[in-house]
Amino acid sequence: MTDTGQATTAPAAKRGIIDTLELDVRLLGMLVAFAAIALVFTIWTGGTFVSPRNVFNISVQAVPVAIMACGMVFVIVARQIDLSVGSMLAMCSAVMAMSQATWLPQAMGLEYGNPYILVITIFLGFAVGTGMGAITGWLVGYQRIPSFIVTLGGLFVWRNINWYTTNGQSVSLTDPHLLMFGGTEGVLGAPVSMVLGVIASVAAVLGLMSARRNKQSHGFVVKPVWAEGVMMAMVVGAIMLFVTWLSRYPVPEAKLKRLFEARGEVMPDGYTAMHGLPISVIILIVVAVGMTVTARKTRLGRYIFAMGGNPDAAELSGINTRALTVKIFALMGFLCGLAALIAQARLQSHGNDIGMLEELRVIAAAVIGGTALAGGVGTIYGAVLGALIMQSLQSGMAMVGVDTPFQNVVVGLVLVIAVWVDIIYRKRMGLTK
Amino acid sequence: MSNTRTPLVEMRDISIAFGGVKAVDHVSIDLYPGEVVGLLGHNGAGKSTLIKILAGAYQADHGDILINGEKVEIRNPRDARAQNIETIYQTLALADNLDASSNLFLGRELLSNGLMDDAKMEAETRKIMGRLNPNFRKFNVPVSALSGGQRQSVAIARAVYFNAKILIMDEPTAALGPHETQMVAELIQELKAQGLGIFLIEHDIHNVMKLCDRACVMKNGQLVGTVKVDEVTDDDILGMIIMGKKPAKAA
Ligand SMILES: Nc1ncnc2c1ncn2[C@@H]1O[C@H](COP(=O)(O)OP(=O)(O)O)[C@@H](O)[C@H]1O
Ligand SMILES: [Mg+2]
Repeated sequence: MTDTGQATTAPAAKRGIIDTLELDVRLLGMLVAFAAIALVFTIWTGGTFVSPRNVFNISVQAVPVAIMACGMVFVIVARQIDLSVGSMLAMCSAVMAMSQATWLPQAMGLEYGNPYILVITIFLGFAVGTGMGAITGWLVGYQRIPSFIVTLGGLFVWRNINWYTTNGQSVSLTDPHLLMFGGTEGVLGAPVSMVLGVIASVAAVLGLMSARRNKQSHGFVVKPVWAEGVMMAMVVGAIMLFVTWLSRYPVPEAKLKRLFEARGEVMPDGYTAMHGLPISVIILIVVAVGMTVTARKTRLGRYIFAMGGNPDAAELSGINTRALTVKIFALMGFLCGLAALIAQARLQSHGNDIGMLEELRVIAAAVIGGTALAGGVGTIYGAVLGALIMQSLQSGMAMVGVDTPFQNVVVGLVLVIAVWVDIIYRKRMGLTK
Repeated sequence: MSNTRTPLVEMRDISIAFGGVKAVDHVSIDLYPGEVVGLLGHNGAGKSTLIKILAGAYQADHGDILINGEKVEIRNPRDARAQNIETIYQTLALADNLDASSNLFLGRELLSNGLMDDAKMEAETRKIMGRLNPNFRKFNVPVSALSGGQRQSVAIARAVYFNAKILIMDEPTAALGPHETQMVAELIQELKAQGLGIFLIEHDIHNVMKLCDRACVMKNGQLVGTVKVDEVTDDDILGMIIMGKKPAKAA
């Protein structure tokens, strides 16, 4: 890490390029690993791997795990663990599926397609998720039961209350609005996506500039203008490449025809439309940005990290660590509800085994992304990248015909190797944690 | 020190037990503005536990705490801070994964527009560290990367930054070399001159004789006695610590 303080007088020329850009070496490592995976599979599949369609699919498939991994970062940073996220996802999914299919239409008499079904269903799902998380948090924070035990219990309890909620049956999603969270059914189209991409780029540049100005106003040394420019160019480039790429994935003609027919119109000859950004990916981005701001710029985030670094110190500094524990797990539960909304919409139904073993993928994503199980260390972007890396690996292997058991073997090995490499790197650098 | 004035702090008949261990057993101590009171005794005598009750880390089973003559309830560290009581814990109570300024402002972060103003906090940290430990440079690394003395100075900075009226220092020089110890001694004298009341837990008898106005000696959770430092010799105090009895002439 570099000392950016006033006292630092070391000339920029003496510092390496990574230092000058103030890049996180860990992030760089993950990006390189990600690029390597993409490159290998691109060559192996003759280019199909990076086709807009496949990039779209990988993004959409990674969303539920990535969203939950953001919450898991906070949980693990606070020295806790949550093994119940897959079951909580199933429970939220069951409640939402029953709500839109049975409870609201039959009990309350709301007719098919009524927008209130969407609103109430989502509210119920999020409330159940947040509630389950809060119960976990209360048992851990106030009753001092280890989170490993509480959430191991939760894994069994919620999974099976889910079973009773739907009587063990699959429930298909009939509400037309709910499906928009799934991916292909809810896309913004190319023009809107490009506009959003530009807005995001401008916001990123302004954010970097205002951080720089704030540092300068206190007289701290900032990185050279060219380094700042390179950073901005890289960020804007990544955003625009992603948006442009998804905006080149066409909607199938048959589906467009159906859409026109549904509106009672006839599709003009030669009409085309592109997918662009899926709503679910936008939700993930909003969650990741929101959680990053929470982690870095709010008291809540600071206290979570302090508690993970030294629970006694946090307590002695006047932080109510019990209430904090409830908040952390409640947030985790809320994100499970959000992930459930997206997962069931993508599958267009609720099945009993939805979210099965997902807790392990979520924990793996957070850990591959650099979250230390000892607590106190972790990043949101790392967890999202971790989820993307795992999903890319699995999709890539599926595309080249590796069978599912072996895919899981590879994912398991990657998890262990990622942590191993990290430990070796830290030892070399003389870092303790 | 005239006893007709109201004490800044009075801890009356304080007791606390952990399981069967009476860590503090009916102890009464007081502290006046501009006074340094030393707390002495062997390891396990109950010194840290006693001051942790004042700091809000523990709740006494029995006894009262008075600040400026008024009875107060200190239920948690926040209550203590609200009474302008600041504490340097023996363990330092630093979050190892956070940097110096995050630790200094932990629980009292500076905000602008509802978000933490890290640059402002770092600037303030640089100011106070410039006064306490001018050689300190490591502002942007986790405190786990600091030396014992540097960590100690972060903990001290945290206690003096917020305009404490009552300062508790639990073995503040334990991790320090002779030069840094001298700096802490000067700081104590400066703060005392500003009118703070200071409880100082300290093992080095020479520091006690030099810095403290009075000394309270504890043994096995009980108060052996309180003496005015200029009325006794260091051997008298050592005798109290070892024998657990007050010397005859100072009784
Ligand atoms: N949290 C605790 N739980 C149980 N016993 C404790 C606790 N804190 C202190 N004690 C016990 O109380 C006694 C006094 O400890 P302490 O106040 O740390 O002594 P000192 O600071 O004088 O060395 C010791 O016997 C110690 O073991
Ligand atoms: Mg002690």
